[in-house]
Amino acid sequence: MENALLLSDEQLALQDTAAAFLAEFANARKPRDEDASLWRRISELGWPAVQVPEDLGGLAMGAVELALLMEEMGRRLIRSPYFASVVLAQTALLEAGSAAARERFLPELASGEVSATLILAPGLVWAPDAIGIECRREGDGWVMNGEAAQVLDDGNAAMAFVAARTEDGIGLFHVSAHAAGVERSPLDVWDLTRPQCAWRFREVRLAADARIDAPGKLDAGLARTVSLAALQLAAEQVGGAAACLDMTVAYTKERVQFGRPVASFQAVKHRCAQMMVKLETARSAVRGVAASVARLQDADALACEVAVARVLASDAYRYCAQEAVQLHGGVGFTWEYDPQLHFKRAQWGSQWLGPASRWRERVATQLLDLA
Amino acid sequence: MDATKDSMNETAFRAEVAAWLARELKGEFACLRHRGGPGDEEAFPALRKDWERKLAEGGWVGASWPQEHGGRGLPLELQLAFHEEYVRAGGPGRMGHIGETLLAPTLIELGTPEQQRRFLPGIREGREFWCQGYSEPGAGSDLAAITTRCWQDGDVWRVQGQKVWTSLAHESDWIFVIARSTPGSVGREGLTFLLMPLDQPGIEIQPIRQMTGEAEFNAVFFDGAATDAGCIVGKPGEGWRVAMALLGFERGASTLGQQMHFVHEMQLVVDAAIAIGTAFDPAIRERIADAWIGLRALRHNALRMLAGNDGGVRPESLMYKYAWSNWHRDLGQLAMDVLGAAGDVRSDDDTVRRLQQVFFFSRADTIYAGTNEIQLNIIAERALAMPR
Repeated sequence: MENALLLSDEQLALQDTAAAFLAEFANARKPRDEDASLWRRISELGWPAVQVPEDLGGLAMGAVELALLMEEMGRRLIRSPYFASVVLAQTALLEAGSAAARERFLPELASGEVSATLILAPGLVWAPDAIGIECRREGDGWVMNGEAAQVLDDGNAAMAFVAARTEDGIGLFHVSAHAAGVERSPLDVWDLTRPQCAWRFREVRLAADARIDAPGKLDAGLARTVSLAALQLAAEQVGGAAACLDMTVAYTKERVQFGRPVASFQAVKHRCAQMMVKLETARSAVRGVAASVARLQDADALACEVAVARVLASDAYRYCAQEAVQLHGGVGFTWEYDPQLHFKRAQWGSQWLGPASRWRERVATQLLDLA
Repeated sequence: MDATKDSMNETAFRAEVAAWLARELKGEFACLRHRGGPGDEEAFPALRKDWERKLAEGGWVGASWPQEHGGRGLPLELQLAFHEEYVRAGGPGRMGHIGETLLAPTLIELGTPEQQRRFLPGIREGREFWCQGYSEPGAGSDLAAITTRCWQDGDVWRVQGQKVWTSLAHESDWIFVIARSTPGSVGREGLTFLLMPLDQPGIEIQPIRQMTGEAEFNAVFFDGAATDAGCIVGKPGEGWRVAMALLGFERGASTLGQQMHFVHEMQLVVDAAIAIGTAFDPAIRERIADAWIGLRALRHNALRMLAGNDGGVRPESLMYKYAWSNWHRDLGQLAMDVLGAAGDVRSDDDTVRRLQQVFFFSRADTIYAGTNEIQLNIIAERALAMPR
């Protein structure tokens, strides 16, 4: 009998390889024009293919392996389409897409040749009532109108999978970024590692096969997509929190005041220890939930389990980033030192795919209202 | 070496545990359901000892020990499964856990074959009960400051001094004691770890009343109390190492069974919130959700941190005790806030009584086996290698 929370040799090797590669090639402070070469290298390593089935050019690994990669990428704060294209768009295709759509798009997304993004209700939650983009039938095809104010896209996504309102409910559509009537404008964001664009759709004409959801799978599939993506965001947040703790411990061991390293003061030690408690608990939760998601078919059960990882990782990252700023003292407030990068990424991540309060309420509903 | 690990299917194992409990936890034992946990230790002690023997007959005491020492070599997942089924069936708080989960693993690791033969069967058969003689009035967090003395006197060793906070000493047969054997030594040097029978003229046990109103723990006075020379674990003068190995078990898997009772307590809080109507208070809802989330995370922590620790404690495991004890303390506060003003009245209602016990007793969780402050020092200095 295997303990799902202990990593196998293959998983440990994947983790080591990822850590070594990213230590050498990834850095949130590299200039923007190096982003494409990082993405190319990541694609050569096969990372965009981890969760894609083998017959579609993928590696057919599971949520645990994806989470290990996300953790390492979160640690290095990389600027890459990985989150939007792999964690969001691919997952939506895998969970809600038709067989035809999966065969059409997954091979090129798995190869990293192109990247995609996902547009749901604002903040990337599964809330059908909050979907504002509309798609009406016209002839054999469709016409899309509306706008998404904030989309996770560095400006290079080749396509978006868009949840839109139709005459008979919500549908998921494939829209090329270069289709006539699609306007994309970059946003001036605080977290520069997570570029965003606004997307506007004005009378965008789509072919009949642009609708890509599998019949009967849309609602559960996109709800599941949000849960699975939230789990991977949690994994990324664990990596970020770990980086905050590591840099804080290293800095406080070097920084001398009153004739001794500030790391020797209990007021400092206890804060770092509490960072570790939150970090390691969140890491246990991410590992445990990742090992179990394949078994959790019921959407509410999945959401409640994911809430454990999501709430703890989001809180842990914000706490660790905040403490990293504080315990670095004056330099922690500067542009030059890294705590501010994590502080911004932590805040970013706390608001997408549903804030912690939304996940807590889902748990409360299950425990208290439906008992 | 361990057939269980490969062949035992968790579902079948759970069914076996549940069936055994359904068959045995009834009749004279029915009144023990969900009783006798921390804060409720005065409930039916004699009957709970009978229950310990019943458990032992079923092969459930020492099930995590290696097979060569009479255990079943259960892997961690099945230990968890056992505890979860035990709680689901209302299994009572254990009386033999100090022997089973603290002393026995220490003897298996550091005891002589003779000590193992002499003491493990009594524990495994639910016949002999143990307590822990560590803290002293002047040696709490600074455990190495102990002043209780011991010395060899012919065929026996003798002990002089006082221990305190000794849980269940009044219900125990034996005590393990850490005492100073090298006169004039200080700190971790010159200490010896002894196993002593409690029923002798040189030992006096006085109960200490706790904030729960009960007296689960005691002061134990030694006045030339004696034990065989064969009852020294490790070498004389090297007792600190033995004491720390035992403490490692105390901060690790020993509390697993106790923590599984948290699942039951969590459900009582949920039930109370629904019954009383506090489930509609948005702040209470959020805290209940947080408590449930934390409880799930504790289970993930246990599976990740306690498994495969044979090669020494991994750094991340050092936060295990801090995490569960603080979660439990928060649950106690939440329970009282759910009960409202009614929580201030002593009640015979099973739910209210249990939640009040959780509230009060959980205040001890963050003090015993290393206070919060000591745990944070350990994490910072050992896991993060921050300077002293």
